[in-house]
Amino acid sequence: MSLEWFIRIATEYWPMFLRGAGMTLLVSIISTLIGSIIGLIIGVIRTIPMPERGWKRLILKALDAVLGFYIAFFRGTPMIVQAMVIYYGAAMAFGIYMNLIFAAIFIVSINTGAYMAEIVRGGIISIDKGQFEAAHAIGMNHFQTMTNVVLPQVIRNILPATGNEFVINIKDTAVLNVISVSELFFQTKSIAGNNFRYFEAFSIACIVYFIMTYTVTRILRYFEKKLDGPETYTLNQMQVMTPEDMLRHTQN
Amino acid sequence: MEKIIEVQHLSKSFGENEVLKDINFSVHKGEVVCIIGSSGSGKSTLLRCINLLEKPSGGQIIYKGENILDDKHDVYKYRQKLGMVFQQFNLFNNHNVLSNCMVGQIKLLKRSKAEAEKVAMKYLKVVGMEQYINAKPKQLSGGQKQRVAIARALAMDPDVILFDEPTSALDPEMVGEVLKVMKELAESGLTMLVVTHEMGFAREVADRVVFMDKGVIAEEGTPEEIFTNPKQERTREFLKRTLAPQTSSQVSF
Repeated sequence: MSLEWFIRIATEYWPMFLRGAGMTLLVSIISTLIGSIIGLIIGVIRTIPMPERGWKRLILKALDAVLGFYIAFFRGTPMIVQAMVIYYGAAMAFGIYMNLIFAAIFIVSINTGAYMAEIVRGGIISIDKGQFEAAHAIGMNHFQTMTNVVLPQVIRNILPATGNEFVINIKDTAVLNVISVSELFFQTKSIAGNNFRYFEAFSIACIVYFIMTYTVTRILRYFEKKLDGPETYTLNQMQVMTPEDMLRHTQN
Repeated sequence: MEKIIEVQHLSKSFGENEVLKDINFSVHKGEVVCIIGSSGSGKSTLLRCINLLEKPSGGQIIYKGENILDDKHDVYKYRQKLGMVFQQFNLFNNHNVLSNCMVGQIKLLKRSKAEAEKVAMKYLKVVGMEQYINAKPKQLSGGQKQRVAIARALAMDPDVILFDEPTSALDPEMVGEVLKVMKELAESGLTMLVVTHEMGFAREVADRVVFMDKGVIAEEGTPEEIFTNPKQERTREFLKRTLAPQTSSQVSF
């Protein structure tokens, strides 16, 4: 255990660490995106106003129950277990041997989707009712209200929570090593296995994980600020109208 | 005069609470009808029933000859013909001023972007907010927001605009600028149904005043009849209480 080993492992195995980190980021980014889309769709479906009666009500209730189960199940079981069940289950039960990267993205997306659905639902509930009322008063239906007025605001509001999910995913992709996905943890295990320098190898992995999560957090914070725009609106930024200008305007 | 909206035997209950009991009245084309009354009298509920933001418990609402409470009636198309201006403005926060006035036209009336922009600019000029087209709602003051809300309603070229206490959430200084816009719209022939506490506005601008009390229309008439010669005791009581401390009703425009 010495600084020498740290440096030796870092310099000798940095391509493997990098590849692992690359895989981790790839799986996390894509899964968070897909999971967010799943969450948004579920959020929209679960907030459709319940019809008073009729077959539409039955269908909506059934859909609601199914989605409710999906959310409860995937939030209520460990992703590491889900990974085993999905990957080996597909192989045993259906004879499908999933491509590893596809399996990784599939597992993390489904898992993220369950969490994002609740985050989106919370986001929709927190939007001022007046936004819905104004959209309805102008004649928009539920779908139009959602896409034109509510969801854009929801997306802005849930950015912190979504960023959180992204960071969690970067870390949690580590569990995919149990199905041999070559992300950062898996690579580190191989490296450590070669030298038995577990402490040094995993410490380096730790630093790499931290660099990834911290960078992502900072980038997201920047995007949040960009989306918000300036606090005040000064006329001077745009058209400056002097009284002479106004006179000319009206005389034309 | 053509009857645009006719309300027949309208009732609305929230659970046990009967907020509207047997309301009957109509609005004609070009009319400005002001609804006044104490809090809890059902004024806002009546307005919100008319554009179906609340579902009436009973009765009929006839719009240009058709009962819009019929199951087969297209609620969305109906609402597009009715504009609404809210007490809390309710501008779309994710759109700037110009876009607020354009989104309804583009998505619902299927107008082209160029046409929608032309119409939006026209009405933004009417309310005096054409210089703020790129501003976001959170950057505006209350009076400015309400004027944009009025332009947004106008841009849909509705048959009637419903105003739900449009100035109640404004500072006294801003009340004047919004009432001025509303007065100009009334003079241009817009059909308006206004729930308000601004007695001065009702007196000067309304063609008809409707006084509501405890869920019924207690009295109805021209401003002269209601304000100078109220027939009902409770109308007199109400006017005595509201007109006594002369505040914003003193605003002359």
